[in-house]
Amino acid sequence: MPSPRTGYVPILLRLDPGGVVLLAIVLGAAVLVPVLNLAVPPDSPFHVPSYLVSLWGKYLCFALLAVSVDLVWGYCGILSLGHGAFFALGGYAMGMHLMRQIGDRGVYGHPVLPDFMVFLDWDRLPWYWHGFDSFAFAMMMVLLVPGTLAFVFGWLAFRSRVGGVYLSIISQAMTYALMLAFFRNDMGFGGNNGLTDFKDLLGFDLQADGTRAALFAASALALALGYLVCRLMMLSKFGRVVMAVRDGESRTRFLGYRVEYYKLVVWVVSAMLAGLAGALYVPQVGIINPGEFSPANSIEIIVWVAVGGRGTLYGAALGGVLVNYAKTYFTGAAPEIWLFLLGGLFIAVTLFLPKGIVGTAADGWRSLRRRIRAPARGTVP
Amino acid sequence: MPVSGLRAVFVCVVFVFAALAAAAPSRAQDGDFAALVAQLAVGAFEEKVAAIEALVATGDPRVQAILEAVADRNLYVREADGLVAIGADHPDGLSLTDAVTGDDLGVVASRDVDRVRANNRLRRLAGSAIGTLTLMNPDPAVRLAAAEAVFRSQDASALSALDQALAEETDDAVRQAMAKARAAILLDSDDPAARLQAVETLGALTDPEIRSMLAAMLRQSNDGSFQETDEAVRAAAGEALDAIEGRLATWRVAGYVYQGISLGSVLLLAAIGLAITFGVMGVINMAHGEMVMLGAYTTYVVQQIFRDLAPGLFDVSLLVAIPAAFLVAGLAGIAIERGIIRFLYGRPLETLLATWGLSLILQQLVRTVFGPTNREVGSPSWMQGAIETTAGITLTYNRLYIILFSLIVFAGLIFVLRRTALGLQMRAVTQNRQMARAMGIRTDRVDALTFGLGSGIAGMAGVALSQIDNVSPNLGQSYIIDSFLVVVFGGVGNLWGTLAGAFSLGIANKLLEPYAGAVLGKILVLVAIILFIQKRPRGLVALKGRAVEG
Amino acid sequence: MGLFGRIARWGAGAALASALTVGAPAAMAQEGEPIRIGILHSLSGTMAISETTLKDVMLMLIEEQNAAGGVLGRPLEAVVVDPASDWPLFAEKARELIEQEEVDVVFGCWTSVSRKSVLPVFEELNGLLFYPVQYEGEESSRNVFYTGAAPNQQAIPAVEYLMSDEGGAAERWVLLGTDYVYPRTTNRILRAFLNANGVSDDDIMEEYTPFGHSDWQTIVAEVQEFADQGLPTAVVSTINGDANVPFYLELANQGIDAADIPVVAFSVGEEELAGLDTEPLVGHLAAWNYFMSVDTAENEAFIAAWHDFIGDDTRVTNDPMEAHYIGFNMWVQAVEQAGTTDVDAVRQAMYGQEVANLTGGVAVMNTNHHLSKPVLIGEILEDGQFDTVWETDGVVVGDAWSDFIPESAVLTANWTYPWVCGNCETPRF
Repeated sequence: MPSPRTGYVPILLRLDPGGVVLLAIVLGAAVLVPVLNLAVPPDSPFHVPSYLVSLWGKYLCFALLAVSVDLVWGYCGILSLGHGAFFALGGYAMGMHLMRQIGDRGVYGHPVLPDFMVFLDWDRLPWYWHGFDSFAFAMMMVLLVPGTLAFVFGWLAFRSRVGGVYLSIISQAMTYALMLAFFRNDMGFGGNNGLTDFKDLLGFDLQADGTRAALFAASALALALGYLVCRLMMLSKFGRVVMAVRDGESRTRFLGYRVEYYKLVVWVVSAMLAGLAGALYVPQVGIINPGEFSPANSIEIIVWVAVGGRGTLYGAALGGVLVNYAKTYFTGAAPEIWLFLLGGLFIAVTLFLPKGIVGTAADGWRSLRRRIRAPARGTVP
Repeated sequence: MPVSGLRAVFVCVVFVFAALAAAAPSRAQDGDFAALVAQLAVGAFEEKVAAIEALVATGDPRVQAILEAVADRNLYVREADGLVAIGADHPDGLSLTDAVTGDDLGVVASRDVDRVRANNRLRRLAGSAIGTLTLMNPDPAVRLAAAEAVFRSQDASALSALDQALAEETDDAVRQAMAKARAAILLDSDDPAARLQAVETLGALTDPEIRSMLAAMLRQSNDGSFQETDEAVRAAAGEALDAIEGRLATWRVAGYVYQGISLGSVLLLAAIGLAITFGVMGVINMAHGEMVMLGAYTTYVVQQIFRDLAPGLFDVSLLVAIPAAFLVAGLAGIAIERGIIRFLYGRPLETLLATWGLSLILQQLVRTVFGPTNREVGSPSWMQGAIETTAGITLTYNRLYIILFSLIVFAGLIFVLRRTALGLQMRAVTQNRQMARAMGIRTDRVDALTFGLGSGIAGMAGVALSQIDNVSPNLGQSYIIDSFLVVVFGGVGNLWGTLAGAFSLGIANKLLEPYAGAVLGKILVLVAIILFIQKRPRGLVALKGRAVEG
Repeated sequence: MGLFGRIARWGAGAALASALTVGAPAAMAQEGEPIRIGILHSLSGTMAISETTLKDVMLMLIEEQNAAGGVLGRPLEAVVVDPASDWPLFAEKARELIEQEEVDVVFGCWTSVSRKSVLPVFEELNGLLFYPVQYEGEESSRNVFYTGAAPNQQAIPAVEYLMSDEGGAAERWVLLGTDYVYPRTTNRILRAFLNANGVSDDDIMEEYTPFGHSDWQTIVAEVQEFADQGLPTAVVSTINGDANVPFYLELANQGIDAADIPVVAFSVGEEELAGLDTEPLVGHLAAWNYFMSVDTAENEAFIAAWHDFIGDDTRVTNDPMEAHYIGFNMWVQAVEQAGTTDVDAVRQAMYGQEVANLTGGVAVMNTNHHLSKPVLIGEILEDGQFDTVWETDGVVVGDAWSDFIPESAVLTANWTYPWVCGNCETPRF
């Protein structure tokens, strides 16, 4: 274990073992999966079919989303029941860019307006759609829109010291209000159907295997990057104050720290990561619609983090992948009873693995090691 | 166009019939009468219309029963011989009465007769014709309905019958209705003085239909001429219209407030159980909605039992369902507390996870047992219908009962918490667990009972919601978010806050809805809640003191 | 280093083993090997209420077909998945069905958004989807057969009926809908249609509510007020799903009688009414291509088979079930005719395919992938059934692109030579 006093220890050595494993797997996958998909012939047993590339790309986006939630929940003690909103906003920003890329290839062949606008008899593009034809602008918005919303929301909430369940519930109200708003066709985001029928991204066909593999690699890199950002933030002095806020908010405040600013920074960074996850998610699943704002989705994210292990980051990522994999598997293999299985899983994890999978595994490993080493040392301190 | 040509022919036919009827005012020949009835039964739509008018013109006493049969879709044609008959429900099918002769034709299977096709328009025609015919009925309720029907149809031919009925009328309410109907007919009179008088009569009343009648008089056609030619009448109509609109506007706001209270009572019912499990106990109970759902399904089961065993007592089924739902949901709540929640005290956030999983399981369980489709929960007869105020505001009985029910449940809960030993122990345990235990309170038993109480109340809410919403596996999901908002907005841990929160959200929603629309109104309310929590981070009615930091 | 590849593969589910072994495309499958049929209907979540029934009806049809010897001498095998009313999950499951389960055809979807979500998948992988629900039109995909009604097979005839003397000669119109694409589109078409028939915009009230809207007090009161202007008024409801029960309950309780203000609905059928006491709703209308109450021998047999299969005599049948019945039988005929389950061959064989409607007459698949079907208008009866009060003389050809919307009036859908296009102004060839 590196000591915090040794300031020049290389970054990698300062990570916990679980994080290193996560980074290794994710970065390895970023290279391997595209290779196995594109370069290995389909009849080879090592070939990864395109179907799996997109599916796992989606899981990686969820993992990044889970990491972002774990950052605020696990390290800052803020239980957000509205993180789905940031994810969806990032997704919409990307979706708007993809819509603009369709150009005149929509069914009505309008040069500027997306099909749903033609259909609702709109004569021009609403002002907030301008600029999204530029990829750079859209990418900026992917971070800025969720970031700004988080900033305003957090600024209001943290300054008035709204905390605990109150914050949870108003964050839920936020995503619920956004869901209702995006459902409205008058908002200009495609209403219930959302944005769909995307063609290409930066000129690459979204349905081509190469694009899929690239998006997978991008998601893996984003997850690795997101993980590193969160981890390094939490390893810094700043991070220690944040954790102090989690463990004793009033005490930290009395020590002279401006608690609300620390919370605000973590909150905004987390929202931006969620937005990034959403942006990568949309081209891989091909649709973004207001259902992503639904409060149930945000609650599910919390469940992923808890299942994986709160406050470890890599555990959250694992939870995001595992729960979604379970969902994919159960809905296909046991369509009639999968909700029993999934619901049972949540209850079992809560009751029997209170620290989540990685927390419990770490505990188990530690006690095992202690038991092996204890007799050798002779005495137990 | 061929259609209008055809229509002209039919109009001629009607006139001929009318003329025939007038020529023989005493009584149409039975043969002609039977022919008209047959035409009503099997003719094309336009022929049926003509038949109704001709039948009314005969003045025959048998007409009323036939028209009522049309309006109620009880007119049948016997397949064997084409005889037209009025049917009444009978355990073995239908008991038939010959429409023309009134002879009893015995009971037949419903397969052996064809129902006479009577669409909305035909039934409306029959209804207004019945109105004219029943103005002199001995039953005042029937006369009242008849007067209302005449008022709506504004049928000038009913004027003489109306005058005659008015002269003999003794019941005040009926007299008023008849006078109103008479004035409405006179609005179209050729005599300006009659019209003026009619405007004055109508102007004193508050009724949206009168407003539109008056507004129609003031309508200007394209060439600048008014519908109403006489200037004095027009001025009077304008004045009356303004007065009516002023009164209606006040009534409308009153109506919105009532609707808001009604919505508030639904929110209160949905949230009040959560105010116990979440507000008092601190369990983030995501399965709360499913407790409401269990209550609704209990209602369904109780009603099924009543339908099978005692159909005559169906009206009391809901009263039986209330305690049943309380027990079912309450026992489920106790089981949940003992089985899951009690291991999680001190880890409130994790109760969210477990109860979320539980809610998935309960939904799927109900889906497996009862099927995924809506279940039919009937309304007892005492909950059907509405009080119609003259100003066009309808107070429906089911909403009134729900408002009442929500307040009773609330008062009952307050009573339990304030005045019973259990309530005292609950408050003691939630305020200071260790101290309560030291005083000899069995805290785990109290925990189980508290959770059971909250769940049981949610179950009772389910009984009420089954009257206004779908009874489906998704029922709970649609209320859970609103419930949490109400509890948090009102102030966690304070029942009065929940009450205030529910009604203020309900009324705010309903006052916004007419201006902003249903969706935008709701969004505005949500944003307002978010901002409000910034101002008062502990809700509307905040607890004071050290307990809040716990 | 094939480790991750192997993990990823393993990750795809227990079907890994089958994915490894089943390499050959289904079209070249052995004699006697089952033909796989994907069923993509939500069995949980908000849409389970409607879609579960369609899954059951498909299982019934497949069972019947197997009892009759299967298709091409091969048995049929249903592959059921649950997309859980989650739209991106629909796309994922569609891909799983086609790529991994290698089904030959998919029957599924209910909501428009679920169809929009799976559409790119079906087009990319050249799958075949039968979509059984009435919808807003404005679409014709090469890979989808639309067996539900297009707007001109439901909405326009219903409004024409209400405008006629027989229907009550309505002059003022309330267009009530849930705020999503189907009501928006339908109402846009209806407004254009009403305007063309001399109804001014002042006499049309259009109002949208969110999904699952449960408090209808204000809107029903507004409708009542709008109708109090002395002219005959009708309500056209495109309210969806869960919101209908509270809406009708409020109508009934506020005493809105069908004889005064008839409400015609396009999304309310026998299944929706089954959860409702219909006594106060008698006389309100619905327009469909099928009613359970229609008295034909085919319908009687279908209902009997359904009751037998589901083991419950009280279950109702409805329009989307008939759509699956027609779609499935057409697909069976097309496969028999093509002699293969290959999607391109089956598609060609589908055109002009005829199946007897359950309500009499014959449904025909057109080259725009929509059916020709009769339109029925029914009034609600006390027992939750419909009394057919009006029907079209013959069948109505489903129109993918509405004639009442300028941008779409110019478009044609025709998947045969020389057009070969779902949305073209001129033929491709």
